[in-house]
Amino acid sequence: MTLHSFDWALVIEKLILIIIIVLTTLLITLYTTFGERKVAAILQDRPGPNRVGPFGLFQPLADGLKLIMKEEIIPTAASKWLFILGPGLAMTASLMTSAVIPWSTDLHLFGRTIALQVADVNIGILYVFAVVSMSVYGIMIGGWASNNKFSLMSALRAASQAISYEIAMGLALIALLMTTGTLSLKTIVADQVSGHWWNVVYQPLGFIIFFICAMAECNRTPFDLPEAENELNFGYHQEYSSMKLGFYLFAEYVNMIMSSAIMASMYFGGYDLPFFDESTVAPNIAAMIGIGTLLIKIVLFVFLFMWIRWTIPRFRYDQLMNLGWKTMIPLALFNMLLTGALILAKL
Amino acid sequence: MQALTHQSIAVNRKPMTFWERLYLINIIKGMMITFSHMFKKQPTIRYPEQKREFSPVFRGLHVLNRDEEGREKCTACGLCAVACPAEAITMEAAERMEGEENLYKEEKYAAKYEINMLRCIFCGLCEEACPKDAIYLSETFAPANYTRKGFIYDKNDLLIPNPITSAAAYEQAKGVQA
Repeated sequence: MTLHSFDWALVIEKLILIIIIVLTTLLITLYTTFGERKVAAILQDRPGPNRVGPFGLFQPLADGLKLIMKEEIIPTAASKWLFILGPGLAMTASLMTSAVIPWSTDLHLFGRTIALQVADVNIGILYVFAVVSMSVYGIMIGGWASNNKFSLMSALRAASQAISYEIAMGLALIALLMTTGTLSLKTIVADQVSGHWWNVVYQPLGFIIFFICAMAECNRTPFDLPEAENELNFGYHQEYSSMKLGFYLFAEYVNMIMSSAIMASMYFGGYDLPFFDESTVAPNIAAMIGIGTLLIKIVLFVFLFMWIRWTIPRFRYDQLMNLGWKTMIPLALFNMLLTGALILAKL
Repeated sequence: MQALTHQSIAVNRKPMTFWERLYLINIIKGMMITFSHMFKKQPTIRYPEQKREFSPVFRGLHVLNRDEEGREKCTACGLCAVACPAEAITMEAAERMEGEENLYKEEKYAAKYEINMLRCIFCGLCEEACPKDAIYLSETFAPANYTRKGFIYDKNDLLIPNPITSAAAYEQAKGVQA
């Protein structure tokens, strides 16, 4: 293949798509932090941030500015390069998940068919898994490089938590893959659009397991042990200041959005608007409706995450491990066996 | 042992049932409770714009009063300082000179009058003790300050504005209750 025959338009198209997705994700993340504070406030009968701009809408910008203007402190005993690498890695890993999420049906622009998915890899879910387990490196490296006992402890916690819950998550996914028969996220969503029911109807237990594990992977309350203030001061980002701290905090919200997108795609029909036939409208409008639907589903999931955070207190560490190994994994195994038996019975 | 009250409840040590051990149902119950709080009225008062009303008997910062002609009422008798349980009031008396009749109502006046707002407990006994209605407690409170010295209020801080020369300021300082 010569350079001339190479489809440069495709490269440009994908680049634009990547930039749009990353920027939109960051913008949504910015407002998710605001949303978190507002949801927390409303659930606690408070008004929440309401001073910066109308309804406090510029609050995230002020927060970001504050984080950037803060003094950058790198402890002298810290391993400098790893200390800087940590937050970058955490952020990159959480943003990379967006590559395989199918945002909507194809767009038709300038005589081209533009797929609203950066890469339709046939092992999409495995890719997600690989990237999600990468994100624990951000925490591990950050915690270790800080040269602080509490940070190291919390990094160890994060790693063991991530490993324990990934097993149950993977087992829950295997059951889903048995019903869908494919690893490609695009095909999984397309099957749900054309099929009668969303996957959550076939895999309710699998969804609950996956949801709990996703919460643990995102280090969200009730699984935010790596950040347990009362025993670890501040957790793995204790030594961090300025925007490096901001990156860690941001990465948590990006993780939340991405796992919401993946859960929506895998269990809740992705960009499928229920009781609506997409073929009745022009393909471009259908694609737009699809994006809007997926965004609404993501927002609902993010709200659920926040709602749970402001309801349940944090687990104790042994409870977390008990739940992971003695409850979630057997449940996921049972779910897998049940699914297999049902598939066999149907045949 | 005899119970002191009838309000004690025995601790429930029954082992949890299967549904309780699942936690999910109780978590959903808890989430319903937090959800119901979304529709509750917020007790928050948006402070600088909205202010909580003081009770009608609120005792705030002291004001040294003037009569209708703008003359200081205080005669520096010292009854307020005697009445003060916190010993927050200090004063020095002086005699009214010829030609000062438009400044001071009686023959004797307070040349120096200080209240230490850090000591003051805002009990209002000075107001009760005053035979001349010269001191009363207003509807404001002492604002924050950077130094302790700043909390010792002298006559300039306490004296009400002159009703003749600056009537608007006088009306404002007088407040609603006075």
